[in-house]
Amino acid sequence: MPTDRPTTLLAELTHRCPLHCPYCSNPLELMRAETELTTDEWKRVFSEARSLGVLQLGLSGGEPLLRKDLEDLAAHARSVGLYSTLVTSGLGLTRSRAERLKEIGLEHIQISIQDSDPEVAERIAGVRSVRHKQAAAQLVRELGFAFTVNVVLHRANLDRIEQIIDMAADLGADRIELANTQYYGWGLRNRAALQPTRDQVERSREVAERAIQRYRGRMQITYVLPDYYEAFPKACYGGWGKLYLVIAPNGSVLPCHGATQITGLSFDNIRQHSLDWIWQESEAFRLFRGDSWMKEPCRSCPRKTVDFGGCRCQAFALTGDAANTDPVCTLTPLRQIIDQALEEPALPDYQYRYPSEAPLPV
Amino acid sequence: MEDSRILTADSRPKLWRLARLDFDPVRQRHVLLYPEGAVLLNDTGAAILELCNGTHSVGDIVAILNERYHADVDADVTEYLDIMAQRELIRAD
Repeated sequence: MPTDRPTTLLAELTHRCPLHCPYCSNPLELMRAETELTTDEWKRVFSEARSLGVLQLGLSGGEPLLRKDLEDLAAHARSVGLYSTLVTSGLGLTRSRAERLKEIGLEHIQISIQDSDPEVAERIAGVRSVRHKQAAAQLVRELGFAFTVNVVLHRANLDRIEQIIDMAADLGADRIELANTQYYGWGLRNRAALQPTRDQVERSREVAERAIQRYRGRMQITYVLPDYYEAFPKACYGGWGKLYLVIAPNGSVLPCHGATQITGLSFDNIRQHSLDWIWQESEAFRLFRGDSWMKEPCRSCPRKTVDFGGCRCQAFALTGDAANTDPVCTLTPLRQIIDQALEEPALPDYQYRYPSEAPLPV
Repeated sequence: MEDSRILTADSRPKLWRLARLDFDPVRQRHVLLYPEGAVLLNDTGAAILELCNGTHSVGDIVAILNERYHADVDADVTEYLDIMAQRELIRAD
């Protein structure tokens, strides 16, 4: 069977970030600045990605604005025909940088917002950030970028989902993405402090559904439910190694940003191989592509073409075997792991995202 | 408030402000690109969307394509436009 062409590349330009959010999607072991790909290496990767079929590029991090060559990289992405999104905290988006990004043709900027309540927002981010974000949002709007507000939801902000949606509209967002925390890496480490109650989840779902209707035609709202409260797992990016790939700051190519936590999986690097070779041949991509790796109950399940057995990273993180059914699935006895997690007593404090050793080099 | 989901023959649909049509030389297909999304188009889909510029009405688009393809494409075009409008990828003023 010929391999599909990927449509989407998430480029983690750096793991450096001024924020310390306890649900960060970066791995627990953050990569240091000196391991990051150079400007020329990223440019080569973007060209190769486009030739491979990638249409959408996420310029992400960490905080991508900490790369001084971001404008150069965004210009190159545009010149090879990629539709690029800058995924940013907003910190460091000065007027001159924003104007330059507009000039070179960057199309879409996504700014993370932690909460509508400024005190809680800064408690989550672990740093003063609210005013910077408002200023950044104003610039993005003024310069006419496509503008998405992105919010990670959890126990401390879920009850304000309506105010958060209204705030995004006031900021002039074209879209808001509301995604409940996913529990890998940092999120899993902080699960007891982040996990919402069933009541919170149900109320928020109703509020979101009403808001979707209310804002129709003005602001697009996408709402991702917390999978622990669902009966079936989520279909991660249309299946492993099918449409999506991630490149870590050091050039490692991953089928998913959570994949580094699957110990035993080895990743190939664009410093040694072409992106095309990695997409086709890298063991990390081939291992869970298609359905021949599946065990029961997935193997004989009609849902395997719907959710592809769920998330490999979650299966590994919670069961120790990435080839197991995602334990969210109520068709597997592994589901008791999720049910037990839902009974976990709530903890008050976050363990913030910081590099494991010395402070980051400046 | 006007409902963008319902297109009439007089509606003048145009692409969502944030969406753009492009040609993908890798797949040799037209694509519609927008924030966090892409739709791969067939030739007919691309021909329809190219006419969604806010000046042609749905009726105009049908007439233009009927003539171009020497066929009665009315139902297909209307259905396609409705689907794209449901997805908010085209809007009608």
